[in-house]
Amino acid sequence: MATDNVAPDEGNNPGGVDKKRRRLLTQGVGVVGAAGAAAMVIPFISSMSPSARAKAAGAPVEVDISKLEPGQRVIVEWRGKPVWVLKRTPALLEGLKAVEGNLRDIESDDSDQPEYAKNDYRSIKPEILVMVGICTHLGCSPSYRPEVAPVDLGDDWQGGFFCPCHGSRFDISGRVYKGVPAPTNLEVPPHQYMAGDTRILIGVDGGRA
Amino acid sequence: MKLLFLSSSMMSKLTVTAFAVATIGVSSLMPQSATAAGGSGVALEHFTPVRTDRSLQRGAKVFMNYCMGCHTADYHRYSHLARDAGLSNEAVVENLIFTNDADGERTKIGSLMGNNMTKEYGKQAFGAVPPNLALITRSRGVDWVYTYMKSFVLDESRPLGANNTVYPNVGMPHVLADLQGWQKAVYKDDGAGHEVFDRFQPVIAGKLSAAEYDSTITDLVSFLDYLGDPNREARHSLGIKVMLFLLVFLVLAVLLKKEYWKDVPHN
Amino acid sequence: MSKATDLMAWIDERIPLTNTWDKHVGKYYAPKNFNFWYYFGSLALLVLVLQIVTGIFLTMNYKADGELAFKSVEYIMRDVNWGWLIRYMHSTGASMFFVVVYLHMMRGIMYGSYKKPRELLWIFGMLIYLVLMAEAFMGYLLPWGQMSFWGAQVIISLFGAIPWVGDAITLWLRGDYVVADATLNRFFALHVIAMPLILIGLVFVHIVALHEVGSNNPDGVDIKKKKGADGIPLDGIPFHPYYSVKDLVGVVVFLIIFFAIVFFAPEMGGYFLEHANYIPADPLKTPEHIAPVWYFTPFYAILRAMPDKLLGVMAMFAAIAVLFFLPWLDRNPVRSIRYRSLAYKVILIAFVVAFIVLGYFGMQPVTPAGTWISRICSLIYFGFFVALWFISKNEKTKPVPERVTY
Repeated sequence: MATDNVAPDEGNNPGGVDKKRRRLLTQGVGVVGAAGAAAMVIPFISSMSPSARAKAAGAPVEVDISKLEPGQRVIVEWRGKPVWVLKRTPALLEGLKAVEGNLRDIESDDSDQPEYAKNDYRSIKPEILVMVGICTHLGCSPSYRPEVAPVDLGDDWQGGFFCPCHGSRFDISGRVYKGVPAPTNLEVPPHQYMAGDTRILIGVDGGRA
Repeated sequence: MKLLFLSSSMMSKLTVTAFAVATIGVSSLMPQSATAAGGSGVALEHFTPVRTDRSLQRGAKVFMNYCMGCHTADYHRYSHLARDAGLSNEAVVENLIFTNDADGERTKIGSLMGNNMTKEYGKQAFGAVPPNLALITRSRGVDWVYTYMKSFVLDESRPLGANNTVYPNVGMPHVLADLQGWQKAVYKDDGAGHEVFDRFQPVIAGKLSAAEYDSTITDLVSFLDYLGDPNREARHSLGIKVMLFLLVFLVLAVLLKKEYWKDVPHN
Repeated sequence: MSKATDLMAWIDERIPLTNTWDKHVGKYYAPKNFNFWYYFGSLALLVLVLQIVTGIFLTMNYKADGELAFKSVEYIMRDVNWGWLIRYMHSTGASMFFVVVYLHMMRGIMYGSYKKPRELLWIFGMLIYLVLMAEAFMGYLLPWGQMSFWGAQVIISLFGAIPWVGDAITLWLRGDYVVADATLNRFFALHVIAMPLILIGLVFVHIVALHEVGSNNPDGVDIKKKKGADGIPLDGIPFHPYYSVKDLVGVVVFLIIFFAIVFFAPEMGGYFLEHANYIPADPLKTPEHIAPVWYFTPFYAILRAMPDKLLGVMAMFAAIAVLFFLPWLDRNPVRSIRYRSLAYKVILIAFVVAFIVLGYFGMQPVTPAGTWISRICSLIYFGFFVALWFISKNEKTKPVPERVTY
């Protein structure tokens, strides 16, 4: 296809086309251009991450537990999620051993919690449970069912949490039962006791995780 | 620029480059703000903001102590001030936050710089709600704000005893009177029968000397300049990198173009 | 290699991918003598893409609400990661869009690119310009600053000059008795959905029209008249790779200017972002000096130059409308300025100067001298079209060459 328009190989251009140089330049422009485009994408992607406002609103939350009665639960909002602070009765803690046979992840090996809450109680102090009240299945918030052997949950029930959306069951430490849709135990958020032990700060743990 | 010059023989590219340089040159020469709004016609002092951590900290202190009672800056967060003024969050909470939040507790570090004065009270006390100052240097320009802060004069005819030569009959009192002291405006005849502002005459001395007051206002206006354009530093430093990258890319693109256009015969 | 060929064959049996590529890029033969002025078409497309992308990301955080809009812009500038960059790119992009489009239009006028057979191409381009002005005007309301508010108030009030129905129309446009939350909300809807859709549609037909008739060139020579044995115009070269690599140079130079403004002078001294727009909209207090953004000021100056409201509005709209008729007002078949008479060159230069002077006085506060200069320049502006009609009838032109000069 020799035309007058362009002389791709020889023709009007003495010495012909330096194909190597042409390829090298094309690649150079391609690589540098792609790098520039990639760099340009970063701000746009990053702009969708939590803003300073979202981060400020997601700052650690303080909870006063001095007035919490045994068996009582308070719900606080942290990063827009419900966080339960529950003072468990000795009876509820007893029940933990009884249900172990029904649990999927007894040692919490596959679940989310700070190292200091990786125990049977899934807490720093046995009686005080701090837990993100979001089912690990599809994000509903399970109900608190402290009673033993209620009609709807069966004779084995030693108190725990029941998710109304898809029937997932958790013991009073938030550990998931076998044979329910939720894959892992409920999440324990980072938290720490403040001076005097009557207040808990949810959202930070001084890097103890 | 030299690189550009050598890599291109085409007039058009030179024209464009010259245009780029010119645009930025022209834009930097253009006045920050066209007029001294308020219609006073008083010449504004030229002001160049200082951007050091120390100045920002001093300016923030003046702002929080003297301005934030009535004005807000609630587009900006304390945490960003801490980040940009080289302060720890704790230092800002202890030294610069004097307001309480809705729960009655000390305003949090992540909060916007608001105050506790209601709009209704502001309107009643000053005739107009004191404006949010976070963008005052963007709307008025630093020269205006700097000159304004030095132009409060004693005027018994005003409800709060103060007037301002830059912004005549402004509702704001002379908040910094204990620092600057008081001055009077001296007028002169402009030769055409109009009384025009001539100079200031000190009446009562304040806690600061004139030079100290100037330096306080320099810090304050520099802080306001920061509030108006907090990411200027980041913008400039990233901008230089982007320019360098694009110049390298330009060289490659020009070489590529020249390489391919060797194919195109002249008529 | 054969896998890729197979895949292409598979696709081509289903959609005309290779065909489309060849028709519009690979085997689109453009004249080889394009000069500096021919960068602005591809640059306009680039800016359109930049505006759409940055716009999408701005809408993620912007609140179209009279109470929240101003603050949400400051939220974007301070709290959203990189929000300042995205917003400055969008605000700079708006002005640069007009820089590019004005230069693109200037090119069309100089080289007679509106003449037969490119009349529709010109008209689609003019429609793009019109929609772009509406798009920019509505976008300027969104930051909900003083200039946003009062600019919109003034421009919408222009429709009040229409006899009988004017007041009803302005009320309907605003959806309230002044520019208000309802106005902001509908302008938002129009700015982010309606106008961009129309704009993209028009750009599409603009390019379809261009590729149907082929590109004009600085000599105004029809390259299709001289074809080689293979049926390819002798002075044509495939768009890709020759103009793709050339336009890439233009793109990089443009980006250097664009980002220099974004990073070092985003306000452009108050021309791209006006100072008064850093004060939240206040329906009770007009800023001392209101002026539209620079790209509207030539028409604004024409509006103010007229001593009568209705006349002013009519003159302003006529100033834009008359451009649509350029293909028929210019009766000379010679396209390029290179081969036209001195008289033509003189009136064109006068037209451009008048346009720039109008733009300058449109930004300034009203003064008696400014008004008189604006009147003279308005006369020159419209006079150009009248003079063109007469001059172009029996114009003494230079001989147009057979082939392009390159």
